Order: sequence, then structure tokens, then C-alpha cells
Amino acid sequence: MSNVIQQVKGKVVALEGDYAIAEALRQINPDVMAAYPITPQTEIVQKFSEFYAEGVVDTEFVPVESEHAALSTCVGASAAGARAMTATCGAGLALMWEILWCASGLRLPIVMAVVNRSLSAPLNILTDQTDEMATRDAGWVQLYAESHQEAYDNIIQAVRIAEHPDVMLPTMCGMAGFVLGHALGQLELLPDEAVRKFVHIYHPHYSLLDTDCPVTFGAFDHWDYFFPHKRQQWEGLNNALRVIPEIGEEFGRLTGRYYGLVEPYMLDDAEVAIVIIGSAAGATRVAIDEMRAEGIKVGMLKVRCYRPFPADAIAEALQGRKAVAVLDRTSCMGGEGSPLFTEICSALYNRNIAMKIISYTYGLGGYDTIPEEFCQVYRNLLQIAQGGKIEPIHRFLSLPERGES
Amino acid sequence: MAIKLTDICNKEEKLASGHRGCIGCAETIIVRQVMAAIDGPVVVASPTGCLEIITTPFPTTAWRVPWIHNAFENSSSTLAGAETAYRSLVKQGKIEDKGLKFVVFGGDGATYDIGLQFISGVIERGHRLLYVCLNNEAYMNTGIQRSSATPLGAWTTTTPVGKAVPGKIQPRKNLIAIVAAHNIPYAAQAAPHAWRDLMTKVQKAIAIDGPSVIDVLSPCARGWRHSTNETIAISRLSAETGAWPLYEVDHGKWKLNYNPVPRKPVIEWLKAQGRFSHLLQPGNEHIVEEFQQQIDKQWAELESMSQ
Amino acid sequence: MKIKGWKEIMPGGLVTEPGSSVTYETGTWRSSRPTIDKERCTHCLLCWVFCPDGSIVVRDSKVVGIDLKHCKGCGICANECPRHAITMVDEIKARVEEGLS
Repeated sequence: MSNVIQQVKGKVVALEGDYAIAEALRQINPDVMAAYPITPQTEIVQKFSEFYAEGVVDTEFVPVESEHAALSTCVGASAAGARAMTATCGAGLALMWEILWCASGLRLPIVMAVVNRSLSAPLNILTDQTDEMATRDAGWVQLYAESHQEAYDNIIQAVRIAEHPDVMLPTMCGMAGFVLGHALGQLELLPDEAVRKFVHIYHPHYSLLDTDCPVTFGAFDHWDYFFPHKRQQWEGLNNALRVIPEIGEEFGRLTGRYYGLVEPYMLDDAEVAIVIIGSAAGATRVAIDEMRAEGIKVGMLKVRCYRPFPADAIAEALQGRKAVAVLDRTSCMGGEGSPLFTEICSALYNRNIAMKIISYTYGLGGYDTIPEEFCQVYRNLLQIAQGGKIEPIHRFLSLPERGES
Repeated sequence: MAIKLTDICNKEEKLASGHRGCIGCAETIIVRQVMAAIDGPVVVASPTGCLEIITTPFPTTAWRVPWIHNAFENSSSTLAGAETAYRSLVKQGKIEDKGLKFVVFGGDGATYDIGLQFISGVIERGHRLLYVCLNNEAYMNTGIQRSSATPLGAWTTTTPVGKAVPGKIQPRKNLIAIVAAHNIPYAAQAAPHAWRDLMTKVQKAIAIDGPSVIDVLSPCARGWRHSTNETIAISRLSAETGAWPLYEVDHGKWKLNYNPVPRKPVIEWLKAQGRFSHLLQPGNEHIVEEFQQQIDKQWAELESMSQ
Repeated sequence: MKIKGWKEIMPGGLVTEPGSSVTYETGTWRSSRPTIDKERCTHCLLCWVFCPDGSIVVRDSKVVGIDLKHCKGCGICANECPRHAITMVDEIKARVEEGLS
């Protein structure tokens, strides 16, 4: 079936990232949308409310009283066999915390847009990935976008990934707040029909509304069946490592934009590399282009899928690099480096791939990071590659101890 | 037409035997009564609590209707999600309209305490579901801890009777008044000994195109410290003493459904339960007196509002 | 009961056999059992409506017996019977008399 996909021509527009997500939601036309507004996700809910008010979607929109209720409502709707979606960020995602685990444990293919924001305190509404990365172990598929286009494309693919019979797990799609969410960016919107055809109609295996074959959802597990259920869930999440590139390939044939688990940039012959997630990959590209212009072989590996963790793909892509810096935009406190770093170390170690590898925390709470700072990371890596001092292993990017007078 | 047991007793039980409810549990009596009162297909949700644990130990279930557990605080939102899904799928022609009804059975902890915000939201948005509180006046599933539904003076494991503090020092929260303040179409208090009153209320509630709440007193032999065979007798005494008035708020109209004359003194209800045994000790008379005064006050209000 | 392996169970804690709790016999919890004096019983069905365990067996609106596989012996039926037609008897004695012991 996938062989007959014809590439379609979309409409090139300039939209704020939040509106791009809202457009994707409108085109997907979910059965139920339950959401609560929170900066910087608010524009998604506002825009979708307009679609609902104008009657351009079939969706029943539930303007709930909290993010916890938003996800709770989605759990009920999804168990009832509806395609259910929501959006949140930061504190809202934290408030959903408990139900993140219920949604994945119940194997409900809910799709959620996360407009990444820091977690208080101090109160800060700007972007980092602490909110979403802190939910790493909740059993959701996690995709992150670098650009407006990817944010839009990811949401559409997420529906298929979540609902894939071998996965059947909720999926969240991260996008930087403000940097993408509130900034105008160019992207190609697919025709409505193409999106609807791509996501097709959801046919659940079991529904809470099927009173002829009554099913109990969320029975209680004693010691005997909890672990087996978690093992099954693990299997479903790991299956996404296969399913995500399959869906990305199919999406590519439709749009010309192909997606995998990770995306290399100028990596093949790079001596040193940065591994990064999300919008700052854009500034990294600029840094790479500048340094390449000077003949310096630097590259990047962008991680699109953080959960399930694509260890093979990352190890394969990084193999042969002399030194690597893993950049995490999350305030994971007290570890041996940041979470992406530690996991990549583990992936390399277990595959007998040896290289110098350091960890950077950067850009917390919207702290600005410019291409020159990534150039500095590359210069540090080149020194390390040539036998320079690797310590400290964990660093904080461009964070002066004292301000300039 | 008055509900007759001879008419409803031949229907298939929606809650199967073999559930692990404690001996003499009122919750399962109430669930059986509520389910027997509803005709047609029903979808049920329960929060974490006694009912959830006793009815669904995997890989078995006591439910013969679709049922869902999500978490402790959010059964109202969860079922509202299912109800929304139903409206959406029917509207789009994806499924047929079978006149599905939606019922939550939640304990008082899930209802009065941790789930109150969710219930408020569900009522305010007008979801078409019946929320039944199985009110055993404490967190019984975890071993008798106080909730905001626990009455004045009651012993629980978190309101122990000590030299300085004689059990719970606050009266219970008035859930139905809170719910009624949402201008909900239908809200009521009921109890399982008055089965016909309860079933009639369920039928009124379920017929409404909107939210409804019925708070049902659910005597608990373990937590209230009474014999397993006294569950219904204690329920009856709660109504006869006014400790648990049976009333309804039907589209804003308040009505006492049972007005015992004379109303028995509350001490009769208190002395029937071990959780209040310390109130019979010298020095605690003032608590009994305060309890009685609160009942008299609430009763006067209910009578006046029922005019 | 044999515990199934992780590939053999329904995902997400789904249970697709409604009412399957009947396979669990709560009757073993019982220390006393209700016996019905059929002469006194008027089939008012109050025992049925007050039973926590759905253990009053009814056929054509008549009380025909007790489901001893599931009756836990709470004694509510005996306490509430307006005709005092139900008596709780010691479970061990009842079993001895039945020859089941």
C-alpha cells in the first residue's frame, strides 16, 4: 500500500509554532481534545478553541479545569475508543505526572504536544526540556522538534506511531516554547485530505463503550501480574524503535521530508561532534557551517526520538568520532552529567566504542545560546581530541561566574 | 410507578459474586441496588479504593458492564472523557446511539477530598453522568484514616482518641450543599436501608441530560466497629436519628424525603458504633451535645428549604 | 492457579471476561451460614436487596436458596428478614451435618 503514495504539494506559510501545532490538530481532527491553557502552550488551545467554535472540526473540545483533568479526560476518551489529544508544558506536564503513567500503563495511544518550558522554582516560563525529559521513564514515546516544520510533522506522525498495534502507547511531541512556539517560522502545511488520509480512521481493539462485550480497563495487579504487564509495555515501547522510522519513511514519501530516530549533520567525516535535542540544533548547524568554512571537521547528531532510546542508531552514528559533547537542556540535578549524556555513554560502552565524551548543560529557562558558543564547544572538543584535559566532564555552557562590569 | 423488588430481582446482576468485599460490606449492596435501578447499557468508572480493589484483581473482574479505573482523584474526569467520546463518536456517525448511561462509584476520600476539584469541573461543564459517592466516612481501603466526610468525634487511625484530642474535632463537609451550589440538575443523599428511595433517586438522576450526584451512606463494619450483620440496621438508624438525612435537590428544589417523628437522639446512632465509644465516657458529653446541635440545625435548615 | 507469562496476558490490565470473579469462591470465608425456613419465607426479597454478595438465589421473583459458593455469612439477611425466616448456623456444624467435613 505504501508503494503507491504520491508526493503531495503543500502550502508554504509563516506561522508561530503553536499555531502550526494547532493546524496539525485541526487536520488530524481528533474525536476528543481536552486541554488547559498554560504559557507558552496557550495559543494552541486558543486556536483550537476557535476551530471548535467555528465548527471546522468534528472534535468534542473539553476545556478542563487543570492539566491533570486534561489527561484524565483523554484517558477516558481513549479507553472509549476515541482518538484523544491534548497539549501542555512545564508545570502543566508536571501536574499530569501521575496520569502519564496511567495512560501508558493502560496502553492508550493519546498524543500530546509539549511546548517545552522550565520547571519552577524560581518561576520561569521560558524554554528548556526539563519538563519533558523528567517524564523520561513514564513509558511514553518522546519526539522532539528542531523547527516549525518538524513540530508540525511530528504531531501528524505521532498519531500513527501511538496507534500502531505493535506500540499502542501515548506519544508526546516536544517543541521549544517561545523560540519555536511564539516565533514566526516558515513551514509547508499539507492539504487537509492528505493528513486525514495519512492518519486514517482509528479502529480500537477494545472500547469502553462496547456494552455488548464489556471490558474491564485498569484492573488491579498484585505482585503476580504487575511485572509481566510492565514487561509487555517495555516491549511496546521498544517496538517503536522500528515503527518510528517506518512511519517516517512513509511520511517522507508523502511529503519529501523523511524522518528517523536521529538525524546526522556533517557527521560522516567529523572528528568531533555535538549531540543535541530540539531547537538549538539550528544554532549548532550555523556553528558547523562557520567552522567547516574554515576547514574544521565538526558535525552534529540531532536526537529526534528520546524515548525509546535509540542506542544503536546513536552508537552507529557516533562511531569513529574522536570526541563528543552531549548537550542537555534539562536541569537534571546531581548526576554524572546530564541524562542524554549518561545514556549515550552507556550505549557506547556496551558496544565497545571508545571516545572522549563530555556533558554540557545549556540554555535553562530560556538562557540564550548563540552559534559562537557552540563553536567554543567544538574548539574544546578538538583540544580534548588532541589529548587535552577532559575534566570537568560535566560543564555549564557559557554561564559566567561573574557578570561583566 | 413505585419500584418493586419482584420486578427487578430477575435481571442479571451487573456486579458478579466472588468480589473480595469485606463481610457485610455496604458498598456492594449499594452498587447492586444502583445497577438494578438502571435499565439499559451502562459504563462505570471507579477511583482507587475499596470497590476498585475488591472487584478487579487481575485477571478477573466482578463487572459485567464496561468499567474503568484510572487513578484515585480523577474518576469523574475519566468518565467524562468516555462520555465526551461517546457524544463525539455518535455525532460523527462512527458508532450508534444506544442511550448509554455513565456512572461513577467513588469513595468519600475520592469524592470529598482528593477528587473534589475534578467533580466540580465535570459538573460545571455539564457532562452527562451520575456520580455516586459510596460514603463510608473515612479512607477504609488503607485502614480507616479520616477524610473530610468523617463525622465529628469519630475515632479513625489519623484521629485517634488521646488525652489531648478526643477523635475528629471537625464536623463533616456538606458535599451536597457544595454540589448544589453548582446549580446541578439533581443531587441527593441516600442510604442502602431505604432501597426504594435510593433506587428512585438513581432513576431520577440517570434520566437527566446532565450531571447528577448521589451521596450514599455506606456503613463499614471494619471502620465503624459494628457487627457484620448490622450494616443495614446502622444505615437505618443514621436516617432515624438525622445523622444522615435522606433528601434531594431536584433542579434547585430541596426536599426532605424522610422525616421521622419523633427523630431519635443521635446518641443511639453513636452508641451502636465502636468508633464513637469514647463519646460515651464521662467528660465527652459536650461532643455528643455539639453533634446533636449540629443535626438539629441542619434539620431545621433542610425543613425550611424543603418548604 | 498457574501464573501466566508476560506474553500470555492481556495488555494494560484488560479483562475481557465479564463477571469472571465468580470463579473465586468467597464462601470459604464463612464462619456461619444462613438457612432459610421456607415455611416462613414470604419472598419479600429484602434479603436479596440487602445482600452484599449477590448470594440470595432468586428464580421467577422467588427466593429459592443461598449461593453457598459465594455467601460470606455476614448475617445481614437474617438480621433484616421481617419474618425471621433466616437463621445463621455455625458453618462447621452445618458441614458436619451435610457430611462435607
